[in-house]
Amino acid sequence: MADAPEPRILPCGDAAVAVEFGDAIDPALNAHVLALDAVLAGRPWLVETVPTYRSLLVHYDPTAIGFAELAEALVEASRTAGTAPASGATWTIPVAYGGEHGIDLEATAAVHGITPDELVRRHSAPTYRVYMIGFLPGFAYLGGLDPTIATPRRTTPRLRTPPGTISIGGVQALVASIEAPSGWHLLGRTPVRNFMPGRDPVFLLRPGDRVRFRRIDPETFSELDRAAAAGEIVAEPAT
Amino acid sequence: MTRLIVRSCGPMTSLQDAGRVGWRRFGVSSSGAMDRLALAHANVLVGNGPGAAGIEMTLMGGLYEAADEMVRLAVAGAPAAVSAAGRPVAPGTSVTLKPGETLSVGPAQAGVFMYLAVAGGLAVPPELDSLSLHPRAGIGGLHGRPLRAGDELPLRDIAPAGPELALDPVLLDPDAPIRVVLGPQADYFGEEAVAAFLDTSYVVSPEADRMGYRLAGPPIAHLHGFNIVSDGIVAGSVQVPGSGVPIVMMVDHQTTGGYPKIATVITPDLRILAQRRPGAPVRFRAIPIEEAQELARAYADCIANLSRAAKPIRGVVPDVEALLGLNLAGHASNALAPEP
Repeated sequence: MADAPEPRILPCGDAAVAVEFGDAIDPALNAHVLALDAVLAGRPWLVETVPTYRSLLVHYDPTAIGFAELAEALVEASRTAGTAPASGATWTIPVAYGGEHGIDLEATAAVHGITPDELVRRHSAPTYRVYMIGFLPGFAYLGGLDPTIATPRRTTPRLRTPPGTISIGGVQALVASIEAPSGWHLLGRTPVRNFMPGRDPVFLLRPGDRVRFRRIDPETFSELDRAAAAGEIVAEPAT
Repeated sequence: MTRLIVRSCGPMTSLQDAGRVGWRRFGVSSSGAMDRLALAHANVLVGNGPGAAGIEMTLMGGLYEAADEMVRLAVAGAPAAVSAAGRPVAPGTSVTLKPGETLSVGPAQAGVFMYLAVAGGLAVPPELDSLSLHPRAGIGGLHGRPLRAGDELPLRDIAPAGPELALDPVLLDPDAPIRVVLGPQADYFGEEAVAAFLDTSYVVSPEADRMGYRLAGPPIAHLHGFNIVSDGIVAGSVQVPGSGVPIVMMVDHQTTGGYPKIATVITPDLRILAQRRPGAPVRFRAIPIEEAQELARAYADCIANLSRAAKPIRGVVPDVEALLGLNLAGHASNALAPEP
């Protein structure tokens, strides 16, 4: 991995800073974010971190360290963070595309002048990278979308979209967990619960993980959905 | 098992503690009390640690009954008429109910949030390390939801001990400027726009809840558009969406977002903003980060040392009553006048 660019240290109030490596959605920038995240573990002033696409949000204890000293420590840590930690898991996530599970599939295919089946093929062909978990509990933001199906956001967001929604917006792809508002295009649904209180693990996907999608039919969705509701993971790990 | 029974409460009544730590990386904001100083006051008055879980009431109060055993309680935060078994309770004091008696909390007379703490704390299991309700996630609180009439809150069986306590009531500072540190994306706005942000007298709009307080006022202009690559949000982040009118993110905020953040409210002032109702004025003042950190440290010290500021008040000593098995709690109102 290339040396980390000198990050900008941006104060977010009196108890957090964003360590920003750039302003693009880029796997190399995200790798710097995850590398820094890994080396900060255990620092006495650290409260918690939030890895995002191109910056690491660092919550710290202002009674333990001042901003100037912290900024120096973070720049130094970024310099020595080295290569990103080995990625975690690769997951294959089953998706029921189209119909009631993906109400925007046909319209989105039409936007690109392709058939719905071709849109599904292009959406399920790549291996995606989990850039961040954010917005609401367990929402996984993926990079690696085929640029030929990148689609601008809807002009009117929907106030409610179902749990497990698989959607795209711009060059991003999303695995949603719980019901939420969304301005993205709904291609399908997965029975996988990326967030399930009481299950071990509570959260399935982590930043740096890899994700593939596998098309399933509505009957299989219903079967897997029952299993998932009972606490099964139903996503398949790959090695 | 001792219980506190919710006889009635407002629609936005929930269990909240000092907040959930360590789960933001999975999209779970901290939640917790909107006014952590007020929660700390209520807790300290009943001998709890400052961050223990209590009941957060929003604008409306409620009626709470002690079942089974004697229960010591305290209310702090937005001023409200409080009475125990029909007798008024002085602001900033604890009170002890005997079984079957009720504590009544009236509507907030000013401000928004009131906190009810119970001596010994609530025997409700935490979720993701906290009792704080996160309504969208359905975690924390009682069964992952707000409180409602008929709920029975299990309490730890800790008999009230020692005298009732008093603290100077929490200040709401309704006119104080809300202090901010500029950034992280102040450079998405020109100098004039930043100056306008600091000069404007905003008001809290009706769209204000635990997720965010949308303000009302003239829009401020973005320099390079209003979309950024989504990054992390903290409680206090002042987002400026396409409308140009700021939204201050509060404790149930989304953890990431794609609008530039012109400034961040400092920790001690977030509770002051939280206590402003729709229609209340909001002015921001920018301070250097070093000053913000001094204020944050002083605020943390204040909460950590609050128990030393609590003073015993003259009157009936409930643990003696309990010891003697006497029914003297009817005299508890004698214990309400703080010592001069």
